[in-house]
Amino acid sequence: MKRVVSNLVGAVIEAWQEVRIHKTRVMLSLIGVAVAVCAITTVVGLGGVAQQATIEQSERSGGRAASLYLSASMNDGSTPTGMPEIWRTALERYQIDYASRVVNTSQTVQFADGAVPVQTIGVDPPYGTMHRITLEEGTWFTDGDQTRLAPAVLINSIFWDRLGRPDLRTHPTTTLVGERTTTAVVTGVYPSLSWETEPAMYMLADALTAISPVVTDPNLQQFGPPSYELWVPVDVSEQLVTALQRDVQGALGSDAFVQVNRQDYAAYQNGDPYLSLKLTVGAIAGLVLLLGALGLVNIALVTLKQRIREIGIRRSFGATAGRVFFAVMMESVVATVVAGIVGVIAAVLIVKNPIVENFISQGQVADFPPFPVEAAILGLVCATVVGALAGLIPALVAVRVKVIDAIRY
Amino acid sequence: MTLLHLEGVTRTVQLIDAPPLTILSGVDLEVNVGDRVSIVGRSGSGKTTLLNLLGLLDNPTSGTMLFEDRPVQSLSSGARDRLRGREVGFIFQQFNLLQGRTALENVMTPLLYAEGRQFWKRARIATEMLERVGLGDRLGSLPDRLSGGEQQRVAIARALVRGPRLILADEPTGALDLETGETVMDLIDQVATESGAALVTITHDPAIAARATRHLRLDHGVLQSTSTVPA
Repeated sequence: MKRVVSNLVGAVIEAWQEVRIHKTRVMLSLIGVAVAVCAITTVVGLGGVAQQATIEQSERSGGRAASLYLSASMNDGSTPTGMPEIWRTALERYQIDYASRVVNTSQTVQFADGAVPVQTIGVDPPYGTMHRITLEEGTWFTDGDQTRLAPAVLINSIFWDRLGRPDLRTHPTTTLVGERTTTAVVTGVYPSLSWETEPAMYMLADALTAISPVVTDPNLQQFGPPSYELWVPVDVSEQLVTALQRDVQGALGSDAFVQVNRQDYAAYQNGDPYLSLKLTVGAIAGLVLLLGALGLVNIALVTLKQRIREIGIRRSFGATAGRVFFAVMMESVVATVVAGIVGVIAAVLIVKNPIVENFISQGQVADFPPFPVEAAILGLVCATVVGALAGLIPALVAVRVKVIDAIRY
Repeated sequence: MTLLHLEGVTRTVQLIDAPPLTILSGVDLEVNVGDRVSIVGRSGSGKTTLLNLLGLLDNPTSGTMLFEDRPVQSLSSGARDRLRGREVGFIFQQFNLLQGRTALENVMTPLLYAEGRQFWKRARIATEMLERVGLGDRLGSLPDRLSGGEQQRVAIARALVRGPRLILADEPTGALDLETGETVMDLIDQVATESGAALVTITHDPAIAARATRHLRLDHGVLQSTSTVPA
């Protein structure tokens, strides 16, 4: 055991001395390896950011995994009148904290240049977290907003532009025109999506229905009955779909049509959507790694010729053939591991660079994933494997050196 | 105590288009602990081949060779390498220092193949050895910054750092001027005496050969004893 430890440590020391003494040669031969490791690690790391961007974008529109959607209507198309109570009971029974009604409607807003119908979504406070809504200015709805006399509204940036971008600390108001005109307070601004051209806003569902009551007659409904959303743990989502369907259907009776289903992105997605991209770039990086390894083998073989005498001298002082083989291979491994570490550090600097992060995420990521440890490990494993493979041929050549001839080489 | 015992040792090499070439023939030799042996002979007489056999770098074609009563032909390659590293120290004519390594790193090299205290305390042991040969102030010097005499002293320190029982010196003063050669030989004698090691010197120089207590001559592969001086 003692011999194994000292042999191992000794071989690493020899390898490190060799790398240190021939650092220029080693550095030149390792550029390819470092670049390839950097590429592989960067691809995996940036893939994680891009994936997070896609996930968050999907979560903004369709909710987080697992989001359940509940809709209920009577068979004649009218809105069931007992739904608010049934909804509250279901939330309490299953202890669901993240749930929101969603009322899509159009609310006329008085701007300086005239009254304009504005797409309005009535929601409950948890909706912001459920859909990852981030605000440019102000804060998302809180429970305190439920008791405001002047309802709070969150407007998009187009709306804000039309108001003249007033400072929210001045509590700017806007006039909602309807059966009775209401003054609302702008408490937040969210960024407009790139394809949006019109003003839009969120209001609390209760406030919205207070100023424009829910129309139950299907012939008068413009946007249909409210729907209900729930964010629940993925592992119990299927049981909850069944349970909610049963409970709500039971409460409304056979004259109602109740539908509960899961519609978030994860319900339709199998596997990694970036797998093909990762594999393509990974294959290219693999080729670069192969070329780097070939360069390494080439230079190692050439310099080995110059080192035959040194190998002979080492053998004369007790280095066994196995030790020479291991030491020469370790030189390659130590060198490529160093190159791998450099490559991984470069990859971290690239992936965590704010400019690169913004470019890849396109402003769609709120929770940037940490640099993936598996990417760093993959890079280092690739470097070590390449080092071992590239060191194999020179090591075999070194072992075949005849000691007597080598000393006098 | 007998360190090396050679009896009827021959060494032949196979040539491609010619009959086998006999380099050593019927060599009988016994080297005891503390012996001072010199071997002289013309170029091509087989001196270096004999030194390679004595240093376990090569195997005899026939005959018996015992190292500390163990037949070396039956040892595995690894066991022979380890025995060589532990018990044999080489001093070469061209010093054979490792370029790019400091004097200290050169002397530490054999200790990299040792175990236990010798391995883990190698820096301290090597430093002490260099101090013994008078190079305590040149630990960090590279070989190309040392004079010929200093390089050979580093080589001596490297050969002796593991405390071998057999020192094999192949023309140790061949690359040095007369005065430096004398100094180096004084040092080798002194260190070998202190450590109780046997010293086998191959040389062309009669003055160097005269320092030994047993004088041998190799002539066409045959070893002859010329004289023995009482110790």
